[in-house]
Amino acid sequence: MEHYTMNLTLKVWRQKNKKDKGSFETYSVSDISSEMSFLEMFDVLNERLVHEGKEPIAFDHDCREGICGMCSMYINGRPHGPWEGTTTCQLHMRAFKDGDTIVVEPWRANAFPVIKDLIVDRSAFDRIIQAGGYISVNTGNAVDANAIPIEKDKADTAFAAAACIGCGACVAACKNSSALLFLCAKVSHLTLLPQGGPERKTRVVDMIAQMDKEGFGSCTSTGACEAVCPKEIPITNIARLNAEYGHAGLTSDK
Amino acid sequence: MFKSNIPDGTLDKKWEDYKDHVKLVNPANKRSLEVIIIGTGLAGASAAASLGELGYKVKAFCFQDSPRRAHSIAAQGGINAAKNYQNDGDSTFRLFYDTIKGGDYRSRESNVYRLAAVSASIIDQCVAQGVPFAREYGGLLSNRSFGGVQVQRTFYAAGQTGQQLLIGAYQALERQVALGNVEMFTRHEMLEIVIIDGKTRGIIARNLITGELERHFGHAVLLASGGYGNVFYLSTNAMGSNVTAAWKAHKQGAYFGNPCFTQIHPTCIPVTGDHQSKLTLMSESLRNDGRIWVPKQKNDPRKPGEIPEGERDYYLERRYPAFGNLVPRDVASRAAKERCDAGYGVGTSKQAVYLDFASAIERYGKTECRKHGIENPTAEEIRHHGTEVIKEKYGNLFDMYAKITGEDPYTTPMRIYPAVHYTMGGLWVDYELMTTVPGLYALGEANFSDHGANRLGASALMQGLADGYFVIPYTIGNYLAGEIRTAPIPTSHAAFEAAEKIVSDRLSQLKNINGTQSPESFHKRLGKIMWDKCGMARNEAGLKEAIDEIRALKAEFWRDLRITGDIGEFNPELDKAGRVADFIELGELMCQDALMRRESCGGHFREEMQTEDGEAKRDDANFSFVAAWEYKGDSNWELHKEQLEFEVAHPSQRSYK
Repeated sequence: MEHYTMNLTLKVWRQKNKKDKGSFETYSVSDISSEMSFLEMFDVLNERLVHEGKEPIAFDHDCREGICGMCSMYINGRPHGPWEGTTTCQLHMRAFKDGDTIVVEPWRANAFPVIKDLIVDRSAFDRIIQAGGYISVNTGNAVDANAIPIEKDKADTAFAAAACIGCGACVAACKNSSALLFLCAKVSHLTLLPQGGPERKTRVVDMIAQMDKEGFGSCTSTGACEAVCPKEIPITNIARLNAEYGHAGLTSDK
Repeated sequence: MFKSNIPDGTLDKKWEDYKDHVKLVNPANKRSLEVIIIGTGLAGASAAASLGELGYKVKAFCFQDSPRRAHSIAAQGGINAAKNYQNDGDSTFRLFYDTIKGGDYRSRESNVYRLAAVSASIIDQCVAQGVPFAREYGGLLSNRSFGGVQVQRTFYAAGQTGQQLLIGAYQALERQVALGNVEMFTRHEMLEIVIIDGKTRGIIARNLITGELERHFGHAVLLASGGYGNVFYLSTNAMGSNVTAAWKAHKQGAYFGNPCFTQIHPTCIPVTGDHQSKLTLMSESLRNDGRIWVPKQKNDPRKPGEIPEGERDYYLERRYPAFGNLVPRDVASRAAKERCDAGYGVGTSKQAVYLDFASAIERYGKTECRKHGIENPTAEEIRHHGTEVIKEKYGNLFDMYAKITGEDPYTTPMRIYPAVHYTMGGLWVDYELMTTVPGLYALGEANFSDHGANRLGASALMQGLADGYFVIPYTIGNYLAGEIRTAPIPTSHAAFEAAEKIVSDRLSQLKNINGTQSPESFHKRLGKIMWDKCGMARNEAGLKEAIDEIRALKAEFWRDLRITGDIGEFNPELDKAGRVADFIELGELMCQDALMRRESCGGHFREEMQTEDGEAKRDDANFSFVAAWEYKGDSNWELHKEQLEFEVAHPSQRSYK
């Protein structure tokens, strides 16, 4: 792999706090290695800002290996930037070339208010899980793990849905700010498994009610969410969710 | 309270007897007992969920924006359990024995046996929660092997086992939040322990969004705040992982156990340059199918594919025929360092070895072709089918490697090198997981307890969940039964006020230095000292130098630190500065501990103490103890020793040959 260095112009959203109006600031960075990750490029810029006595750009990040779901930059009009199936922290600078201008914004959605600069409040996702995104089993109540055989295909599909990292890219990409891809991933994960059966109906109804309450928009099946999901959660899970919701609504027993 | 409190009785009966006789708290009393939990990884989230279910009033804290983001989420390969589903001779005793031996006989027998004994229940619990473990076509659970072990006892969910287990625990936790049993505080950092009349009674936490300090009362406080690998700056830990909660506890009287026992993981993506902010692990599970090698010729300029089979040195298979590529982590790491130091390293930095999947792809490919009825398959067909199998097993890891390096590991071997991954050391705890401060507990990686001087792969997840789901719900009752008459202490109490003042003074002190260097730059320099002198190999002269250098760095830190922004607002620079200040102090203690321990054991390799063929040489006569350090003031610690008694697993020279 050939390595190279580049000079870039960054237009970054700066917003002091939730109440501040916010605006773009322009920065130039030089000698950025193509081997750096996108966030390491931000580290370089921040280190320079601190050195100049200016406040560094606040952004969420933690594991930097694409699994914790904390990083959340909207890069050149696309959540997590240009690579498919990739979080911002796994995006590397070889995706860009010398002289590029890169625009970086926070997630934009009413349900995700900005806390500072590129950091937003995603606690609405936790509250959606609280509404029913679990199986009610207390510690110590379990039967032997192999007492419940599960078809491999079903287990694999449940796993693929459970791979959701709760980053919120789906909401940021959606023109309606819908959280349906996030929600259907959890509903699919739990519905596909026999353990999730007993609470199947209440779960989907309660979680959707909570989603509406949080101020997320409706789904109009555009598919932008699927296109940007770093874990490539398929939109077919939304179809499964709709079927589950219909089934729960059309049957009288709980 | 420096007493291990190991129950009497034979090893296999201790935990059962303990549970039969431990004090209980009745449901009505549980409702008025409050428990604070710091950290929401596997240990913290499982403890919060389980204690909430039992009826205790729980407050849980994490610095991330959601409890689901704790770094347990990044664990890849799997979780061990003595289920013996494979009928390959596994048992509680074998898991216990492998763990003790893997830890190079520096852990407590009774704790390790309990861990092995509850391991099977963890898998049951996780499956009941809907954790989607990998399954066979018959619908039953699948297993694989990990290092230092000759059975298949590792349960997994592709390369995302930690994520799936944590989401299981997180969902259980959120359910308790919904029921009102647990109150969750995200983006909060614990900055002080409050002690009243010798007992832990609460904490001071900082709301990271507003910058406000908060006082929280608890009848007990559980630290499940993870390990301190980030003291090395570059590690596989998350950027936010830190020692601060444990360090505050240490300075308030909790002894620190075996601080120098750190795990350097053999298979990580090598460093590429100064800009590097963290290192990424490639799961140990890859060693099931990957073969590690370097060229037989020094400084070989050829590409890996151009080097014929006969000119490759599969050095682990050569040195350790019985375990081959699946030797424990400390052994594999040192062997890689040895080859690279001797001039056989590969890649531009020459600080890397190959992890090669070609023969596994061929082996699986042939089996698959047979399964699909393809007679006389072409090399292309074999490759195609074999790649599919590897993709299913490790797809996400291969993708991650490709994204970071820009190379395709399906066609060219991975380049890997050891990196800091886990810390076996941590707060000293007794059998009940209580630290030396009454009412203060440590769970998971934050404690020192189960892994001795080296942790076996897939055992961290096991320990975190064992502590949270199956140990603390019993042991905490034994303490809280004595607290049922203690009414909640108002946080206007003088002790809370004093603790808050300590915190606010320290924050102002940090902020008012008004120097020129960022917290990040100090962290980087500390990491370099630690890696060079207290890393994979240590010696007396180097450790002494390191201590001097760290002291000098500390003085410079408190003289020339610059924090932008203000205290009373969201300020990641301030958060980072506090953590780096604690890491600097910890770094010194680690070097002191490594200097004191004049033996090699597990991940602690003193160059002066090695066998003729370069293996770690233990000194059981003088060092068969847990080093528990008591904080006595600035750069001043007193060593206490907990002698280790081995009644069942008698220490012997660890051999994987």
